[in-house]
Amino acid sequence: MNEALLRSLTPSVLTILVRRGADFAAAEDAVQDALVEALRVWAADPPRDAKGWLVTVAWRKFLDAARSDAARRRREDRLDEEPTPEPAPAVDDTLQLYFLCAHPSLTPASAVALTLRAVGGLTTRQIAQAYLVPEATMAQRISRAKRTVSGVRLDRAGDVATVLRVLYLVFNEGYSGDVDLAAEAIRLTRQLAAAIDHPEVAGLLALMLLHHARRPARTAPDGSLVPLAEQDRGRWDTAFIAEGVAVLQAALARDRLGEFQAQAAIAALHADAPAAEETDWVQIVEWYDELTRLTDSPVVRLNRAVAVGEADGPRAGLAALAALDASLPRHAAVAAYLHERDDDLATAARLYAEAARKAPNLAERDHLTRQAARLNARRHTQD
Amino acid sequence: MAKYLLLKHYRGAPAPVNNVPMDQWTPEEISAHMQYMNDFAGRLEKTGEFVDGQALAPEGAWVRYDGEGRPPVTDGPFAETKDLIAGWMIIDVDSYERAVELAGELSAAPGAGGKPIHEWLEVRPFLTATPTITECH
Repeated sequence: MNEALLRSLTPSVLTILVRRGADFAAAEDAVQDALVEALRVWAADPPRDAKGWLVTVAWRKFLDAARSDAARRRREDRLDEEPTPEPAPAVDDTLQLYFLCAHPSLTPASAVALTLRAVGGLTTRQIAQAYLVPEATMAQRISRAKRTVSGVRLDRAGDVATVLRVLYLVFNEGYSGDVDLAAEAIRLTRQLAAAIDHPEVAGLLALMLLHHARRPARTAPDGSLVPLAEQDRGRWDTAFIAEGVAVLQAALARDRLGEFQAQAAIAALHADAPAAEETDWVQIVEWYDELTRLTDSPVVRLNRAVAVGEADGPRAGLAALAALDASLPRHAAVAAYLHERDDDLATAARLYAEAARKAPNLAERDHLTRQAARLNARRHTQD
Repeated sequence: MAKYLLLKHYRGAPAPVNNVPMDQWTPEEISAHMQYMNDFAGRLEKTGEFVDGQALAPEGAWVRYDGEGRPPVTDGPFAETKDLIAGWMIIDVDSYERAVELAGELSAAPGAGGKPIHEWLEVRPFLTATPTITECH
């Protein structure tokens, strides 16, 4: 059975139920039940019309739930009396679902969970496994999110930026459990790009594709991180790179720059370099200047200091770093790197060790610890 | 979306405000304390923030490898152990501030006289999985 096809049908099945008059929360539950049933029975008995099957089963689930719930009876009566409201939607239905699931009243974690279920068609269990929480907790997170957005009307456009933030979070979660969240984020962003013409949606899609292209080279067989400069570029996925660059170029041609397009442009410049030494750092610094202007983010300034260090030498990088708050995440790691390039191995080793203690994740901590150990061993042989 | 460990100590944490050992509470006070903990976990499950909660026996032993072909060495329990973990709760929350807020609530569990213990809880972030987009590229 094609699980990806099943998942891609989720938003349209859900919107059909809502247009027939089901409220969003109940319709979403019914679609989830239908998906779980499809996963169970399709392998042995695939339907000829997958979408028709899902609509029929989901609608039946919805009616069953409505009937069995005495409190819902009045609403059901009203459904019978009133003509099914099917107002001409102002914006595409699928797009409305994205807006609803990323509604600003939701916390990021809730928006992510709701998007993965209602738009992505993942089961609660799959989402729970991906985020390493019990299924009961994830189920509650989702139903709470649905209650939060229950009063939101589905007929007006929301904010694309909030949707992009949610998709970015899903992508950046990486890979755990049996669901590849990065691939899922790319699928959802593609689907969004098909529903709305927006340069930043294209920018995010390009950014994801360009980073995803490097995934085979990002980790060694033992699971340790391989820094960009040391990656085997022959293992980068050229198809993803070509697509990412094409999507980005079309977006940039619109002349409405945004932060995702700028980030993607930096990723594209890396993708374009056949070897690390051939990276166009001068252009990368220019893109960081654009990013700084767009976001005014200290994290961007930190990354800019690295690029300056490559373009104009480690002293220039350290000068750029000196203007930044030392408590920024990864500040010590950047300082360590620049000091090493400046041949101050003792300071670099000390800063790598400090950066390792502050690292927010295991692979990065191990990588930074190895960097410190490598420099300490080198210093001892020099003695 | 970050996981935190709320760590409760039998010993080793700074002294709480309402510092009466549990064996000197009334049975009703103990029940009220347990009820508070269960309700707290139940509430977190409803908000979609609960991951796990476990309690530990105070007695344990030290164990270490003792070389090829030999059984592990065990030692203890040591009465003088300064830091003794009583149990933990793991939460999955949107921010550090939320983790601190919840730890504060948990620390308000009632003790002697039905008054909050004001117990010190240790809040420790989990190391995460590696994000796809991290550094300077």
